Amino acid sequence: MFKIIRYSFLDILKSKLMLIYTAFFLLIGFGLLNFSSDLHKAIISMMNILLLLVPLISTVFGVMYFYNSREFVELLMCQPIERKDVFLGLYFGVSLSLSISLFVGTLIPFMFYGLSVSGQIFQFFNLMLIGVLLTFIFSILSFLISVYNKDKIKGFGYAILLLLYLSVIYDGMMLMVFVSFSDYPLENVALALSILNPIDLGRIAIVLKLDVAALMGYTGAVFNAFLGSMNGILLSIGSMALWFFVPLFFYVKKINKRDF
Amino acid sequence: MVQFVDLQKKFGKLEVLKGISEEIMEGECVAVLGPNGSGKSTLIKTLLGLVLPDKGDILIEGKSILKQHLYRNEIGYLPQIAQFPENMKVKELIRMITLMREKPSNENDLIDYFGVSSFLDNTLRSLSGGTKQKINAILALMFDCKIYVYDEPTVGLDPISRVLFKNYVQQQKKDKKTILLTTHLINEVEELADRILFILDGKIYYNRSVKELISEHNETSLENAMVKMLENHSKNKAHV
Amino acid sequence: MKFFKNSYYLLACCFLFPFYYFSKSIPVCKDCTVKKIETALSLAKNGDVLELFNEKYSEFNLKIDKKITLKGKKNSIIDVKGKGNGILIYSDDVQINTLQINNVKTSYTDDLAGIKLKNVNNCTVKNVTLNNTFFGIYLSKSNNCKLINNVLKAVAKKESSSGNGIHLWYCNQMIIKGNKISGHRDGIYLEFVKNSKIFNNLSKKQIRYGLHFMFSSNNHYQNNRFINNGAGVAVMYSKNIRMNNNVFSENWSKISNGLLLKDITDSKIYKNYFKKNTMGILAEGCNRMLIKNNDFIENGWAIKILGNCYNNRIIYNNFMSNTFEIVTNSSTNNNLFEYNFWNQYSGYDINKDGIGDVPHSPITLFCFLNEKIPESMVLLRSNFVDLLNLTEKITPVLTPESFKDFKPRMKKIQWYNS
Repeated sequence: MFKIIRYSFLDILKSKLMLIYTAFFLLIGFGLLNFSSDLHKAIISMMNILLLLVPLISTVFGVMYFYNSREFVELLMCQPIERKDVFLGLYFGVSLSLSISLFVGTLIPFMFYGLSVSGQIFQFFNLMLIGVLLTFIFSILSFLISVYNKDKIKGFGYAILLLLYLSVIYDGMMLMVFVSFSDYPLENVALALSILNPIDLGRIAIVLKLDVAALMGYTGAVFNAFLGSMNGILLSIGSMALWFFVPLFFYVKKINKRDF
Repeated sequence: MVQFVDLQKKFGKLEVLKGISEEIMEGECVAVLGPNGSGKSTLIKTLLGLVLPDKGDILIEGKSILKQHLYRNEIGYLPQIAQFPENMKVKELIRMITLMREKPSNENDLIDYFGVSSFLDNTLRSLSGGTKQKINAILALMFDCKIYVYDEPTVGLDPISRVLFKNYVQQQKKDKKTILLTTHLINEVEELADRILFILDGKIYYNRSVKELISEHNETSLENAMVKMLENHSKNKAHV
Repeated sequence: MKFFKNSYYLLACCFLFPFYYFSKSIPVCKDCTVKKIETALSLAKNGDVLELFNEKYSEFNLKIDKKITLKGKKNSIIDVKGKGNGILIYSDDVQINTLQINNVKTSYTDDLAGIKLKNVNNCTVKNVTLNNTFFGIYLSKSNNCKLINNVLKAVAKKESSSGNGIHLWYCNQMIIKGNKISGHRDGIYLEFVKNSKIFNNLSKKQIRYGLHFMFSSNNHYQNNRFINNGAGVAVMYSKNIRMNNNVFSENWSKISNGLLLKDITDSKIYKNYFKKNTMGILAEGCNRMLIKNNDFIENGWAIKILGNCYNNRIIYNNFMSNTFEIVTNSSTNNNLFEYNFWNQYSGYDINKDGIGDVPHSPITLFCFLNEKIPESMVLLRSNFVDLLNLTEKITPVLTPESFKDFKPRMKKIQWYNS
């Protein structure tokens, strides 16, 4: 499998898209920090950009790469390599190179503006961790959708729909639930709903560290207490893990059954 | 050497293979023929593990290969259309494939043989269709395997390379390699194949040696014999 | 010239002589003639000095009703052992200097304190360390007293069973300076205290408020630090107060405010530093206040100003990295926001006069929503919410439109040197 990871990794690194992705983060990073050299503010802006872009790029790139590497896959499948290894190699190649692009593209400007001496370093790496987790989750989701749909257009459509749902519609629906049931105690509902969505969960994990003061107020304290507790951490990790392993399981299962 | 046991496959409602049982002996060169959509590509893909049969089994040297992968070490496969990762350079691709199999390869001889040494540093995207097909052939031929599978091998090759390829296969035949071949070029069948498997509607319709086919239909050339065979087939269908 | 100087001394001696002549020093120790402070107190006359040594004195309820000085050394310890108050002062002009008072027990019926002063003038408590006391220093109906450089440490667990560090009731012209207070219910508690100065104190980790005062007008608070208190600082029902150069930081909890202002009028709050509080300032029923040149950094809400606040001026402040800048429950703006620096401001300054050309609305839609549905906090910084905020910014529907800083500063205001 590692050979495949290496090759798909190198293949992606060579494509211009990855360069553009890295350059984009470099640009955003330098832009943000140049605009205001306040690292705290830059990290918050970076978070908003990451939460929007990482799932988007991971999904779009994942779907595109899956369909475009049909030839590569078929070539590999005629070699004495297990199917599972070919496809897992492909997946990890994609998610690793996306993660590295993200990491490098973001780290360089932040280092340049004195991240290492700023005291925000923990927040930054927390942000990076969430970015990487979301990359892995949304890549596997896009691969899963692609492997189930032979039609490229269809696969692309479903992937974008899922992305839209998780990154925007879900939050809108959550807010609607809050507004329409505002007479009832909603803390647990709010907690459950946000743990169920990987983007929301990732966001809260970052926000908890960045906006501690606000979250300590009123209901914030409830969330902080829960998500900071052992149970909360375990549940959050569990939810993230489910978002990764369940699609991975179905991906591998489908791989072993599909004809090419 | 290769044994198909009651192989069946459906794509949705479409029955592509309706129970194919056949054995290919060691050192034999078999041409799998049939009209488009008859199931010959599917048959080859099942052998390579690209398509999973619904029913039946494939045995190589007596062992089932379904859901296995190591047996492919002994198969050199030349697909119909060259399909490569476009961003790679030719030499990287060759190197990658050699790394995938842990066995000796003679890619350098083949590069000289097909005369593609000047393209090694080009990316695959920039190559012409014919050159791609030559690279494709190199990838299939460079390992010393027991079984070779050629799917329309000479389509897109220029006449000189076509001859080069055929000569190479003749040499393999002398080396007692088992060869499975699909093609639409009758003269290729005539030159290379020992036996013909004619597949129609997912079944083996005709299974004889090339000589037998010609003599059976009282014809002088294979081409004419085949036309006759197909005519008989449509007559039979009309009777039913 | 020299003659003058000498005669100056002479003159001084003439005046001091009578006091010196009459006052004497009474040493109190195990090996002295006077072994107990209590005995010494009964022997002492006005003007005497009671001298303590580096010893432990197990005494309590020491009543001082003469104008004496009680002076100890660094390790002179009065261990009350939970039997009552430490020292009770009923006379004017008493000075307590350099000693420790330990272990005053919690009482639900009596305000037991380390040092209690009642109906006195001109007293000084200085360099006293109070460990594990219920109330620390407790003054009532007193004037002109000084509490300087004392250290008050308690380990209160519950609000109901703990007392205040420095507790003043009906006092006038007090000076509370350089004290360090921790672990009480309220660090400094003032009720009906007027014309006093509260300078350079550090109050941290109190269960409730770092500073709490009510009905206490004309006081001046300067250079104090209130850090990590359960509910921050609460200031109520007072007029004409000045608060400047104080630090309010890390007051985090669901009921915590950096500074709670309730019914405060005609007061000045300037050059303070509010950092990492759940709420920087919460203003309720405040009028004609000047809030100027303060720094609000990384607070949850920088300022929450309720609808019953009128004619306050919030000017020349720096708002940086706060989650929410301003929140209100009112639909109209009755206060003035001007010349502040907001780091969430996204406008531009074409004419380069340092003032943004478009007004800044510090109230976001989400902030407004969150006020009504606190649970929506889970959506903080979500892209959907940002989208909502943006839409609202372009076409305001729900947020009060008049809540704007029409002259937002483009750059941070440097008030530190002025």
